[in-house]
Amino acid sequence: MKGALGLAALATLAACGGNDDDNGGSGNGGGGGGGTGGDVVVNGSEPQNKLIPTNTNEVGGGRLLDSLWAGLVYYKADGTPENDLADSITSTDAQNYTIKIKTGQKFSDGTAITAKNFVDAWNYGALGTNKQLSSYFFQPIEGFDAVQADPPTAQTLSGLAVVDDTSFTVKLVQPQSDFPLRLGYSAFYPLPSNAFDDIDKYGENPVGNGPYKLKEEGAWQHNVRIDFVKNDTYDGPRKAQNDSLAFVFYETYDAAYAALQSGDLDVLDNIPPSALATYQDELGKRAVNQPSAVFQSFTIPQKLAHFEGDEGKLRRQAISYAIDRAAICKSVFSDTRTPAKDFTSPVIAGYSETVPGNEVLTADAAKAKQLWQQADAISPYSDTFTIGYNADGGHQEWVDAVTALLRQTLGIKAEGAPYPTFAALRTDITNRTIKGAFRSGWQADYPGLFNFIGPLYATGADSNDGDYSNPQVDSMLKQAEGTTDQDAANKILQEVQTILFTDLPAIPLWYSNASGGYGEKASNVEFGWNSVPLYYQVTKS
Amino acid sequence: MGWYIGRRLLQMVPVFFGATLLIYALVFALPGDPIRALFGDKPVSPTALALLRAQYHLDKPFFVQYLYFLKGVFTLDFGTSFSGQPVISQITRAFPVTIKLAIVALVIEAVFGIVFGFLAGLRRGGIFDSTVLFLSLVVIGIPVFVLGFVGQYFIGIKWGIARATVGGDPAWVDLILPGAVLGALSFAYVLRLTRNSVAEGLSADHVRTATAKGLSRPRVMTVHVLRNSLIPVITFLGTDLGALMGGAVVTEGIFNVPGVGNLLYQSVIRQEGPTVVSVVTILVLVYLIANLVVDLLYAVLDPRIRYV
Repeated sequence: MKGALGLAALATLAACGGNDDDNGGSGNGGGGGGGTGGDVVVNGSEPQNKLIPTNTNEVGGGRLLDSLWAGLVYYKADGTPENDLADSITSTDAQNYTIKIKTGQKFSDGTAITAKNFVDAWNYGALGTNKQLSSYFFQPIEGFDAVQADPPTAQTLSGLAVVDDTSFTVKLVQPQSDFPLRLGYSAFYPLPSNAFDDIDKYGENPVGNGPYKLKEEGAWQHNVRIDFVKNDTYDGPRKAQNDSLAFVFYETYDAAYAALQSGDLDVLDNIPPSALATYQDELGKRAVNQPSAVFQSFTIPQKLAHFEGDEGKLRRQAISYAIDRAAICKSVFSDTRTPAKDFTSPVIAGYSETVPGNEVLTADAAKAKQLWQQADAISPYSDTFTIGYNADGGHQEWVDAVTALLRQTLGIKAEGAPYPTFAALRTDITNRTIKGAFRSGWQADYPGLFNFIGPLYATGADSNDGDYSNPQVDSMLKQAEGTTDQDAANKILQEVQTILFTDLPAIPLWYSNASGGYGEKASNVEFGWNSVPLYYQVTKS
Repeated sequence: MGWYIGRRLLQMVPVFFGATLLIYALVFALPGDPIRALFGDKPVSPTALALLRAQYHLDKPFFVQYLYFLKGVFTLDFGTSFSGQPVISQITRAFPVTIKLAIVALVIEAVFGIVFGFLAGLRRGGIFDSTVLFLSLVVIGIPVFVLGFVGQYFIGIKWGIARATVGGDPAWVDLILPGAVLGALSFAYVLRLTRNSVAEGLSADHVRTATAKGLSRPRVMTVHVLRNSLIPVITFLGTDLGALMGGAVVTEGIFNVPGVGNLLYQSVIRQEGPTVVSVVTILVLVYLIANLVVDLLYAVLDPRIRYV
């Protein structure tokens, strides 16, 4: 039996999810060089799908993909993109891109990586009949509508063309200056050509090109764990500093936190609500709490009675003024949330906390009352204001706090409207059958300001669940996308936000922090811009 | 005897159909579209949504879906989860773990419950009896998750006596702590049942006869008192086996035991009808078979009972 913490002699034996065969076998193949980085054990959750880059859209699978694959670019901890496999990504008009990949790159089984591996993988992901969950990532590329038609009128994207072994071209439907920034997302990873023979079989034991590879055939023990070892064929900037990486799946974060405390776990990427108030004391220096690229809000549908037109604007602003974000972040979240200052996230390049109009996010009860009364003068309000949320996601506390503030400040009836599951809530939202406001949030796909605004507030955009529509916003977004100068684009996006502060299609609440921790034996633990630890850097003594 | 078992097994057939239909209806009645949820907060491809719904027959009416499920069962194909895993392989991975856990819990509650209950029953009203009764009431009063978290914190984290979380492929010794937590409530029941049963047995006629015949006290106590007193206890333990396997959801969550409770919880959350129905149906069958075994054990314990 494993003893208490701090028995260094047991360092290599500790922390294996009850697997006896863990200690035999490899015997720490450091293979000379500058010592070994140890066998790191981190928390994970059973991926919701087979490990196929274009079919994985949740964190449990996403973090595995990022360890098994390398893309054209990768994101440093602060979210700045750097070339990984790409040699260069060039464009003169932000609409036609030429992508060159480095020569001599290999998959972990030794086969060479060519431009065709990228193009084929993207075409596979975009084709509607392949039922890939991340297909919308290929929407900007020309020909997407044809491959998504039912039945498809084309089998491949017309905007993709292989030039030679190391270069291919991408033609977009319209200019998009942040397209290269997106290419670090897992949907854009390359696949070896034999993957398509039987993609399901491949997704069970994938062969990638990243810092790690599967320890062996069948290394993925469903619902239990998955074991990776360092991939020696990868020679990019994310070279693994440890020998192996094991993801142990936990059903709850409570259990994962207990495992961290008892020394069974080296890195934990999230803290359960039950430990939020105490974890920084318990872990001391080993606690992590930093802003991340998650924006939380609640959306008030444009068609909701009393929330349209000028009356609606007044009411939306009144509601925003009525919410004391700092107090809720402190009391409900123990400061593991940061009160919002805009519609994006502080970890994104171009973020500004001084966007004109953002005073609407400060708590000001008097102003809230006054605005509400002005709206009542247009048409008196006697409804109950509700905020829909999924009860399986730990939202009740803040919804109760927000609705209590609305009741007190505005003197109206306000309450939460819990849905039993996420599925039930999302179904009601997408069918537009939800009656009232609802919680909304956005975790960035890639570290760009546009990602927080375009998909959510452009007319008819895919994730515009409140049906907000403002022609001025639309034309400015187009303009931002069309300019190759990222600074100029960010400036336009700030101006868009000023308009959003008056219209308030969604009421910004706070940014979720990356809150986590690591064990006594782990060092070099750094959390990335997307709240996922940079596992390849972690070393273990 | 053979006839009796055959009849009992035949009775399971309508129960199987009733249970599957009922559970299928319950899962079907859950609000929301599970395929829609797979896309999370992100945009949905209408083509993919329609194709996936068709793949899992979710676009069909309820009864047609149920018939598809039954057809699968008779061809030994229990379908796949939304993650593309065969339900049967999920079950074969999860059940051994939970059976192990349930056995540990059952042994703990049976051994401790019967021993303590027997000792308490012998000296009814004594100091040991009162203490044990009081403590068992306390255990009954504490919710299982409180017991689980407290046990995990002190025994697993603070003192490092046992593993705080178990994980896959657990060793027997790792299951003692979660097993004790899982069996705690039943332990209290077994204890009280045994105690009352033994206390009543002490004043029975056959016990007085046995003592008058000059049999030694230990022999009277074990063979004549305890054996007779165990009938209600065995009944309880038998039915408890099914309850332990189905009721391990909370305990398995706390100690991260990847067993049936864990699987059931995940598949209910994801609305994976075939998985939920298959797992619960197996639990129902376990329950029925445990009941049958208990009834057969009566004959062993009480010579007056004969099955024809």
